[in-house]
Amino acid sequence: MNIEIIGAGEQQIPVSIVPFGGDEKLGLAIGEVVSGDLQRSGLFRLVDPLGKSPHAPAEVNYADWQVRGTEALAIGTVGAQANGRVEARFRLLDVVKKVELIGQAVSANDGQVRAVGHRIADLIYEKLTGNKGVFGTRIAYVNRQGRQFSLIVADSDGYNEQVVLSQHEPIMSPAWSPDGSHLAYVSFETGHAAVFVQSLYTNQRKVLADFRGSNSAPAWSPDGKQLAVVLTRDGSSKIYLMRPDGSDLHRVSNGSGIDTEPNFSPDGQALLFTSDRGGSAQIYWMPVEGGAAQRMTFGGGTSYSPRYSPDGKSFVFTHLSGGKFYISTQDFQTGQMEMLSEGGWEKKPTFAPNGKLILFASEARGRGILATVSSDGRVKQHMFTQSGDAREPVWGPAQ
Amino acid sequence: MKKIVISIVLLNLLAACASQKPQETAATPASSPVAAAPAVAMASSAQTYDDALNDPQSILAKRSVYYPFDVSEVQDADKPVVQAHGAYLSKNPARTVRLEGNCDERGSNEYNLALGQRRADGVKKMLELGGAKSAQLDSVSYGEEKPVGSTHDEASWAKNRRTDINYAK
Repeated sequence: MNIEIIGAGEQQIPVSIVPFGGDEKLGLAIGEVVSGDLQRSGLFRLVDPLGKSPHAPAEVNYADWQVRGTEALAIGTVGAQANGRVEARFRLLDVVKKVELIGQAVSANDGQVRAVGHRIADLIYEKLTGNKGVFGTRIAYVNRQGRQFSLIVADSDGYNEQVVLSQHEPIMSPAWSPDGSHLAYVSFETGHAAVFVQSLYTNQRKVLADFRGSNSAPAWSPDGKQLAVVLTRDGSSKIYLMRPDGSDLHRVSNGSGIDTEPNFSPDGQALLFTSDRGGSAQIYWMPVEGGAAQRMTFGGGTSYSPRYSPDGKSFVFTHLSGGKFYISTQDFQTGQMEMLSEGGWEKKPTFAPNGKLILFASEARGRGILATVSSDGRVKQHMFTQSGDAREPVWGPAQ
Repeated sequence: MKKIVISIVLLNLLAACASQKPQETAATPASSPVAAAPAVAMASSAQTYDDALNDPQSILAKRSVYYPFDVSEVQDADKPVVQAHGAYLSKNPARTVRLEGNCDERGSNEYNLALGQRRADGVKKMLELGGAKSAQLDSVSYGEEKPVGSTHDEASWAKNRRTDINYAK
């Protein structure tokens, strides 16, 4: 994984991360993860400790850090315990007020050093920005290399990749269950698009929808009790609801056009979806059990792949205009559309659980890559996987 | 109803013409993109085909129809191809085909999956009108997932906006 950051937040908080004491190797590894997370968010500026390495509050001379211009200082120790767990005891100190902001032990199973780092970065992020951190969350995406398609789950920074499924037929549209235990996705392994659900704990998988034609675009309801899927079994692509066990299948969208890419509102009462019922692909809204749909996007170009923001006040989508795709958001109240990117080959945007970052598929140097943009459009990040084309990303739920 | 009958009659005539053509192939080596057949056609000077499907000069040798961007209706230029296959399937009820809809990469994967399905279903409907039975036909979509051309330009996109008519062996 190779990560490039473009742009910076309007105000960056200067922070110093001192590599933790104790087990030096673990300390360096965790320090790298914490620094990387904070830097990529665009909201922090890392200030070099310049040789100072306190590990306990008594060893901190605040004047040293005030001179360096840092506002918050993270210190601590880390070690492997007898039972194999890695435990870090860390503190976050306010350099200006000279007080301790956080003092906490974070531990994880052996080999989960990065998880410890992400957790610490989340604690720092939450304390200093007031927003929930997402460094400890996971993402899923599809990697395509020649004819090989792999469904991958990884940490939010793209590291710690785990292959969930690998095959020679396409895989599309992974969707997390709200508790993060399952992925629903589209696989072509039976010769056409069918929807599968797979447990990330046991790897057990089952067919959820395999009717004639295409079965696709799975989306979970926020309570995990329903899935929306798109089927062509009765004609053109329409939205259906069903339970995760496959029961109670019923159609909720009507008409003759294409309805696809359903996404539940955070309260579970409505769906956003893509439809060409008005003559071109646009975003529509409708009550979850059907009823009159409202068109949400207007103007030139076409729009696809809507997803609600976690607070339900806006949605993100990809807008195709003049041959370029733009990651865009639209506010429900004002109807105002905002393009967050300069345009390019940018598809499938998905909000981080805290609503502050948007992950999407992009392209750079001739390869499909994962990219993020802060929801204010200021900070962008490109994540290059080892090889192949990364596509169809989706951000997992909060931990 | 009348219209349909007429077109079937026309098609039968077309098929009849087609089955006589192979004799001409020997004289003019095929420059058409039908890759597999020409060598055979040249080897024998008076080749006829028991099965018109194997005749590289037949309209049935065309197994793909192409579309403009975001369109799923079979275009006028390709209608004779689909109609010929409909007539063939009608006369050969044991043959089955799989209709595979494809799209260029503009639009979302899911929208294109739906569009490709509509393309394949449109061809299926036209084949049924031509006399093919529903049981002979299967329609699927690959959306933009199996592109023939992979560059971001019209040259690739034009090849990818397509429904393939694939006969089961």
